[in-house]
Amino acid sequence: MTEPVQDRPRSKDEVAAAVAADIAPGSYVNLGIGQPTLVADHLPPGSGVVLHTENGMLGMGPAATGGPDDPLDPDLTNAGKVPVTELPGAAYFHHADSFAMMRGGHLDVCVLGAFQVSARGDLANWHTGAPDAIPAVGGAMDLAIGAKSVFVVMTLLAKDGSPKIVPECTYPLTGVGCVDRVYTDLATFDVTVDGLVVRDLAGTTYDELAARLDVPLLRGWAPA
Amino acid sequence: MVTVCETAAEAVDGTEDGATVLVGGFGMAGMPVALVDALVDQGARDLTVVSNNAGNGDTGLAALLAAGRVRKIVCSFPRQHDSWVFDGLYRAGRIELEVVPQGTLAERMRAAGAGIGAFYCPTGVGTPLAEGKETREIDGRTYVLETPIRGDLALVGAHLADRAGNLVYRKTARNFGPVMATAAATTVVQVQRVVDVGSIDPEVVVTPGIYVDRVVAVGPAEVEGVA
Repeated sequence: MTEPVQDRPRSKDEVAAAVAADIAPGSYVNLGIGQPTLVADHLPPGSGVVLHTENGMLGMGPAATGGPDDPLDPDLTNAGKVPVTELPGAAYFHHADSFAMMRGGHLDVCVLGAFQVSARGDLANWHTGAPDAIPAVGGAMDLAIGAKSVFVVMTLLAKDGSPKIVPECTYPLTGVGCVDRVYTDLATFDVTVDGLVVRDLAGTTYDELAARLDVPLLRGWAPA
Repeated sequence: MVTVCETAAEAVDGTEDGATVLVGGFGMAGMPVALVDALVDQGARDLTVVSNNAGNGDTGLAALLAAGRVRKIVCSFPRQHDSWVFDGLYRAGRIELEVVPQGTLAERMRAAGAGIGAFYCPTGVGTPLAEGKETREIDGRTYVLETPIRGDLALVGAHLADRAGNLVYRKTARNFGPVMATAAATTVVQVQRVVDVGSIDPEVVVTPGIYVDRVVAVGPAEVEGVA
């Protein structure tokens, strides 16, 4: 295998498609609020993937359109409080059961956004630590330590250009050593006991990436 | 014994100053708006409110906050696009906030209702939300000790009740209702309709009436069998 390169950065939809392609058929999956929600649009029909929403549902369908056959139902929302639909085979349950599914290791995959991920897989995604910020954690900490695989989707660089993959998180942590894989616009990384392994590249080269990040990297492919 | 109340005011009557009130709902789904509005009118002060969110818009829980009745809120996700009432109080230092991971919030109330003294939980280990709490390693994994959250009063929104207090919910509006119903000294439930005993299939009851003290129908249909 040679260095897998796409010639331009991935769009958010391309990142979501990459995540969806890595989710095994029949998996139970929780998608976080925001960019992770896009993954649902890229799951192939017939994949049998069952979406879990923390507010108490398995078998969540797409967002409700509000049309005559698909009215908005205030009693049927996702974790972002957006009206959604139910698929055949859906089930409802209360909050303690919903989080038992996470904590108890019953979910195969969760996909979360992040402010920062450290080289050893620490996650920071709930609080900037700014003095006037109002902390709000929701279900992020439970998901981070509970799902069998924790995938992060984010841009590799913050708006100020600083990398969001860091030696140590400077924002308050969501979970310690909990992230398995990070999908970004520029590259995908596996968090391993040996360090961060670059799986693929988009709009950059391995050497550019290694120069830009302040963490040791490993190639996920054999030298050419 | 379950009391079927005629009004939401009757349902929340007797709430004391300083009470801990569990308020159901996830956003507005399952939010017992009529009961919270009645609590605003009832006038109890210095309340501790336990709820997933800290109020939306200007109604329901947000109205209780705006009326200055809440000393402290225990929740997982206070900040939302329409949580301006809470945001203003918090930034002015007029309300105390305890942020709890959502699953831990639910489990702490479940523990209270189930008679569990405390439990070791893996959520939040190594984060600011576990600071100062006892930790313990069990089979190679670190856990943090979490204590029950018990309410003096639980306000729950459900779909239907029978006259024995058995409840069924609707879709994701179930959320915290079944857990909070178990965790308070007095559990008050607003429902769309109160139906006769025997009208709900026992197999589909989600909250058995043993956990329920008062129910009130808030429509759209009126209470069946009540003139």
